[in-house]
Amino acid sequence: MFSRAQKAWLTIFFSCFVIFLYGPVLSIILLAFQGPEGGLTFPMRGFSLHWFEELWRGLGVVDISRGLRRSLFLGVLVMIFTVILSLCAGLAFRKKFRGSGVLFYLTIASLIIPSIAISLGIALQFRLLDETVKWLGQTLEIQWIIDDFQTSMGLIASGLGTHLTWTLPFGLLIMFAVFNRFNPSYEEAARDLGATPWQTFWGVVFPLISPALVGVALFGFTLSYDELARSSQALGAVNTLPLELRGLTTTVTNPSIYALGAVTTGVSFLVIGLSLGLFWVLRQKAGNIK
Amino acid sequence: MVLATFFVLPLLLVVVVSFWDYTEYSLIPDLILMNYAELFYGCFDWDQGLCTTFATYLSTFKYVFLTWCFTLVIGFGVALYLVFCVRSLRMQIVLFLVCTIPFWTSNVIRMISWIPLLGRNGIVNTALISLGIIDQPIEWLLYSGFSVTLGFVHLYTLFMVVPIFNSMAKIDKSLIEAAKDSGASAWQIITNIIIPLSRSGIMIGSIFVITIVVGDFITIGVLGGQQIASVGKIIYVEMSYLQFPAAAANAVVLVSITLLMVAAMMRIVNVRKEL
Repeated sequence: MFSRAQKAWLTIFFSCFVIFLYGPVLSIILLAFQGPEGGLTFPMRGFSLHWFEELWRGLGVVDISRGLRRSLFLGVLVMIFTVILSLCAGLAFRKKFRGSGVLFYLTIASLIIPSIAISLGIALQFRLLDETVKWLGQTLEIQWIIDDFQTSMGLIASGLGTHLTWTLPFGLLIMFAVFNRFNPSYEEAARDLGATPWQTFWGVVFPLISPALVGVALFGFTLSYDELARSSQALGAVNTLPLELRGLTTTVTNPSIYALGAVTTGVSFLVIGLSLGLFWVLRQKAGNIK
Repeated sequence: MVLATFFVLPLLLVVVVSFWDYTEYSLIPDLILMNYAELFYGCFDWDQGLCTTFATYLSTFKYVFLTWCFTLVIGFGVALYLVFCVRSLRMQIVLFLVCTIPFWTSNVIRMISWIPLLGRNGIVNTALISLGIIDQPIEWLLYSGFSVTLGFVHLYTLFMVVPIFNSMAKIDKSLIEAAKDSGASAWQIITNIIIPLSRSGIMIGSIFVITIVVGDFITIGVLGGQQIASVGKIIYVEMSYLQFPAAAANAVVLVSITLLMVAAMMRIVNVRKEL
């Protein structure tokens, strides 16, 4: 539909967009390999792994490796929950049931309500919960509550919940999209051949949707791993990596922060690469079934 | 279930607590309008100029609007290129992935990666000086409205590209052939066929971008040098002073405005049908 000149312009436009997307990130990865005398900006002074070593030794008070481990742990946990819950919800939504409309709009709403409001709500919820528990402990004189109880906030409780409000909608939307295009005749064929519902699911449905599940898992992990706005108020005393990083932007003034950036970007890319690989393999298999 | 515990309940609490009273360290259940009254204190004395709250909302919506315009234009252009200029499906998928991969990497990293580019001694300034275009480094590149808008566009254009791409890819190519055979120019095809048919994608993308930017406090903090006000940041600051009811009142106002905007846009498209 476009003339050659118009196509050329659009190609240039697109290339600019890609440079715009990747340029900054590449520049900080490059700067992370700055020599020991190097500063926060170009030009590069030498080429070394100096700042990665700095990072390894730790940046002052902030505990990077613990933050990283927490982020990875929470990411994996969120990923597992997101996959299981979206799969169940996806299957349930294939038939109309009472409240399905409400649930759908709830999902959308969870995606579009500003994160800060949800974060605030969860912080409040757990604060009130804490106070209730403390009050209960005092009135009923339960000794361990009075002595040890501080907060019920933490990675597993409030952290997991908060992240799920962010990852689940994405997972659900992907599952909806998949099942909207899913051809029920494969299942019917399996049933006609005498397969039990369980066999139909594991033998037919599951392999066909497994590439999409990898997608859901990828969203679950990466969204949780990088999530910041919602975590900021909801995690209580512990910090995940993005939170540590944001703190560092104001305190650290040497390229080791870029080294850290390079490391986390590396983790993200590793995960993306792995899932894309898995996606292709599973797609091939799904193709074989058809 | 999960959504109920971690989404509905917290939001309800926000609404409830916004009517509570508070002292320095405790929350007192109550039903007062003080938090709202304080929020809009002085807003209706028009001769005094804009009150802080209105000014903050105005500045927030300025960024929302700017970001929306840029992401829309860029997102539309990128989707247009991917759908109509790239021939093979394989190439389309590869280029699409190229656009999506940054979305899966850390937002904070992508924000701070602008700092070495835009700073006083950053690449842009150094390059411009060595080219002799300017003698003094440009100060407004970083920690300014410019860098905040740039950061938003950089982070969130993808939310436009994906839905617009999705709805554009569904457009029947024969429609475009027909238009071309009847002598329509590329511009006419875009305005008369592609834009109306990718309307739903544009709407979904807009909803995403607007709702994300409205509540943002992180990008504005990092790239605005903690100088620029936004509603999200006010809520954040109030929370860090443990003024939960005040923060809640602010959040209620913000959420209502967001929901109103989204509801208006939802009237135009039916999201569920478009998946």
